[in-house]
Amino acid sequence: MTLPRNSSPTHGRDYSRRNALRLGGLGAAALGLAACGVQGAASSKPTSTKQALSAAQQFWKAQKPTTHINFANWALYIDPSHDTLKQFTAATGITVTYSEVIQDDPSFFAKINPIIRAGQDTGYDIMVMTDGLEFGELVQLGDVTPLDQSKLTNFYKYAGKAYQNRAFDPGNVYSVPWASGSTGIGWNPKYVKTPPTSMADLWNPAYAGHVGMMSDTQEIANFGLIKLGINPETSTENDWKAAAAELLKQKDAHIVRKYYDQGYIDALSKGDIWITMAWSGDIFQQNLSSGTNLQFTVPKEGGTLWTDNMMIPKNAANPVAAMELIDWFYKPEIAALLTEAIEYISPVPSVQDIIKQDAAKAAKPADKQTLLEVADSPLVWVSDADYARLKTYVPITAKTSVAFNSIFQPVVAG
Amino acid sequence: MRRLRAAAVPYLLILPGGLWLVIFFVIPLIALISLSTQQGDIVDGFTQTFHFANYATAWSNYHQQFLRSLLYGGLATILCIVLAYPMAYWIAFRGGARKSMYLFLILLPFFVSFVLRTVSWQYILGDNGLVLGPLKSAGIFPQGFRVLATGTAVIGGLTYNYLPFMVLPVYVALERIDFRLVEAAQDLYASRAVAFRRVVLPLSLPGLFAGVLLTFVPVAADYVNASLLGGTSNTMVGNIIQDEFLNVQDYPTGSALSFMLMALLLVGMFSYARALGTEEVLEVAAR
Amino acid sequence: MTTLSSTERPPGASGSPAGSGGPARRGRRRLGDRLLFAYTWAVIIWLALPIGVMIAFSFNNPHGRYNFTWTGFTLKWYGPHLFDYPSLTTAIGNSLIVAASATTGAVILGTLVGLALGKYRFRGLGTANLVQFAAIAAPEIVLASSLLSFFVTLRVPLGLPTIIVAHIMFCLSFVAVTVRARVLTLDRSLEEAARDLGAGAWTTFRLVTLPLIFPGVLAGALLAFAISVDDFVVTSFVAGSQQTFPLWIWSATRNGLPPQVDVLGTLIFVGGLLLVSAATLIGRRRPA
Repeated sequence: MTLPRNSSPTHGRDYSRRNALRLGGLGAAALGLAACGVQGAASSKPTSTKQALSAAQQFWKAQKPTTHINFANWALYIDPSHDTLKQFTAATGITVTYSEVIQDDPSFFAKINPIIRAGQDTGYDIMVMTDGLEFGELVQLGDVTPLDQSKLTNFYKYAGKAYQNRAFDPGNVYSVPWASGSTGIGWNPKYVKTPPTSMADLWNPAYAGHVGMMSDTQEIANFGLIKLGINPETSTENDWKAAAAELLKQKDAHIVRKYYDQGYIDALSKGDIWITMAWSGDIFQQNLSSGTNLQFTVPKEGGTLWTDNMMIPKNAANPVAAMELIDWFYKPEIAALLTEAIEYISPVPSVQDIIKQDAAKAAKPADKQTLLEVADSPLVWVSDADYARLKTYVPITAKTSVAFNSIFQPVVAG
Repeated sequence: MRRLRAAAVPYLLILPGGLWLVIFFVIPLIALISLSTQQGDIVDGFTQTFHFANYATAWSNYHQQFLRSLLYGGLATILCIVLAYPMAYWIAFRGGARKSMYLFLILLPFFVSFVLRTVSWQYILGDNGLVLGPLKSAGIFPQGFRVLATGTAVIGGLTYNYLPFMVLPVYVALERIDFRLVEAAQDLYASRAVAFRRVVLPLSLPGLFAGVLLTFVPVAADYVNASLLGGTSNTMVGNIIQDEFLNVQDYPTGSALSFMLMALLLVGMFSYARALGTEEVLEVAAR
Repeated sequence: MTTLSSTERPPGASGSPAGSGGPARRGRRRLGDRLLFAYTWAVIIWLALPIGVMIAFSFNNPHGRYNFTWTGFTLKWYGPHLFDYPSLTTAIGNSLIVAASATTGAVILGTLVGLALGKYRFRGLGTANLVQFAAIAAPEIVLASSLLSFFVTLRVPLGLPTIIVAHIMFCLSFVAVTVRARVLTLDRSLEEAARDLGAGAWTTFRLVTLPLIFPGVLAGALLAFAISVDDFVVTSFVAGSQQTFPLWIWSATRNGLPPQVDVLGTLIFVGGLLLVSAATLIGRRRPA
């Protein structure tokens, strides 16, 4: 690279005042821009479910079938061999590009929202989103396409009644569940000698510098609230402040190493963190795919119960094919394949029997062992007693989220 | 007529590039400033209300990270000087025919992706990584000992990533010095230390000043190192800005922080350059 | 323009001073030099350490995606397995498309700006320099957040085009600075001679100016390419759902970095070294 020396005559300082004036003029010219805001949903929002459904019918009538799908999902959330998708391609001729691009709900929402606002295709035909704040915002913004109810044959036939018509999406207008699971405590028995039983274990100074917490404000808020014995579902703004204070105590004592997105599983496997907030199935699939020996516990005060849902982003290029794949995952044998691999709660109840049959058929004893484990896992087939302990997220909307985030964002900001 | 056309030439040359900079640099800055005083939420959109309180809120929530950025930036810059100066001195005065080879070696990290070499440090420093893993197995360090997720790791990573930006300008300044001046001083019975302090150091100052500009600004605004190598109490203002834009979609808060950061750094930089009285600093920095 | 460059410097000027001082002083100097020599090499080794780790782990044979402890030597990632992750392959492709387009754009626009700033004095020169300096000096995250604010306000769809546009913006100034530096060293009489011999403005530019500034343009192009291919901050803000190589690495750190990344990193490293060596050779052959 040419490095010039003593290169130029210096340009007079008297220029600078004039420069400033000129830049000022430019600024005035761009004031038009300054008046512009960032548009919200006012124009695109459907006013009622009924309206949305009739709009959907018209939309679906106009769609042509295509032969490819782009599927955006979280890591460790499908059978590693992708047999569920391969069988789909064999049966329908539709190819699938499966991308593990979702690290958490807020960042994925922030990634696709500007694209959809600009009227463009996000490049994904199916995405999997949790039933939290972002889910509601996507619906309110009209960022998602209502599903074609006539194509949900398997869903209405096989999905458990509890999974149809959930409070966060009445009538399954925009979504059907992919899987449910719980947020609890994941730990590595190599470093944590006494199995954790309660939230207090995440606040244990003995693990200082090796405790992982989640950076998603809704996840972490729940843990603060549950530790204080407050039910997130009915919590108030004062409760949030108390929970934030509790979480700050944990942070200021240097107990928390870092606030993680799904990266916690990598840190837990490497031994950087010993005990962490974790999603139940991640622990299982990590052990399965990387040979680690990690453990999962739902604390005695309770954990968080959530549902991840398949949705079709607005402007998706292949909605018809997407509908086929969505319904495909409700075929009991496919749902069973998925559950065997991810150990999350399946929306298809008949899966348990199929897994037991598969276990009986399994050739290798190790496989049989794993399948029997899944078939009896208390994490997949949650007992009524456990259900009672599990809490849902704090119900927040775009409006209340401003206060909510201004309380919890500074906690995870570090 | 012809002279008129000739006078238009530089403007015509500068027009396409200048327009590009105006549209994609100057106007976006205005958009940023405009967004920083807007109010609203992501569903209803943001509207311009000249709500300057955004700045106060952003500052009260995140001044800690802001100050930490300046602290880390300062520490990493000082470390860069300490590491770079002796090295640049040796290469400039004793490098002989191999000067370019040494410079090339210093630039080697630039041939590896910035994110990748920082991740590489994450692996080297990990709690059970390449260094600590064996040391812990050997019982030299307790199981709980860590380097990763501490301020030390972040400052180390910043120093590592921006060291070449300090070495090069210091080297250029030192290399310009005619060594005979130093000899003359020594012939006049100045000790080596005095010769260095009275001759070499003053002559190398412009390079040092340029190096400080080239490292401090990007270091203070960095978030990749804090994100990959830091922990809970090591986040910098860049992490917050990134979070506000790419996670929370609270654009006004992110814009306010971003604008404060730029204003602080640019004003600091210009007054720094002016205080030193040399446009040369800017000239060297612009390279 | 008054200083000599290292190659032109008379021998001895920068070399060891002959004979001044007694033997004691020389002895101390030798010790000091040796310490400095060791120090320099220690820092260089520190700088190269992560690169060494990257190259070593490109030959590692891990189970699953967890490539952070040494588990045996293999060459398999240098074969067809390199393309096991389709999204990684796409990301590399995107990086190359972006860098090539951004370099082309930045070289064309930047060379013109560099010529104007180096050859002419005109009203507005100060403003031009100021804007350009600010574009180089502004922290990357400020550029990134401004661009995203701009795109979001105007509802511009994010994707490869926005990445390219942004990259041209910040590469342009680097090309301009490099070209300007070269233009300032030009002997103006050569262009005048061409004019005197009856060459038109365009012919003079093509046959005289362009070849003369070519090393500067080439250096600017290499710099632009390197900056573009490696850019993370601005790209991550304006990429929408597209990924480039640095973005892919970033998101992969969350779920374990596969050895393919180290292989690609190593290939880019070696490729970059070869490219720069070649460019240096070309630069040397041209008249300086």
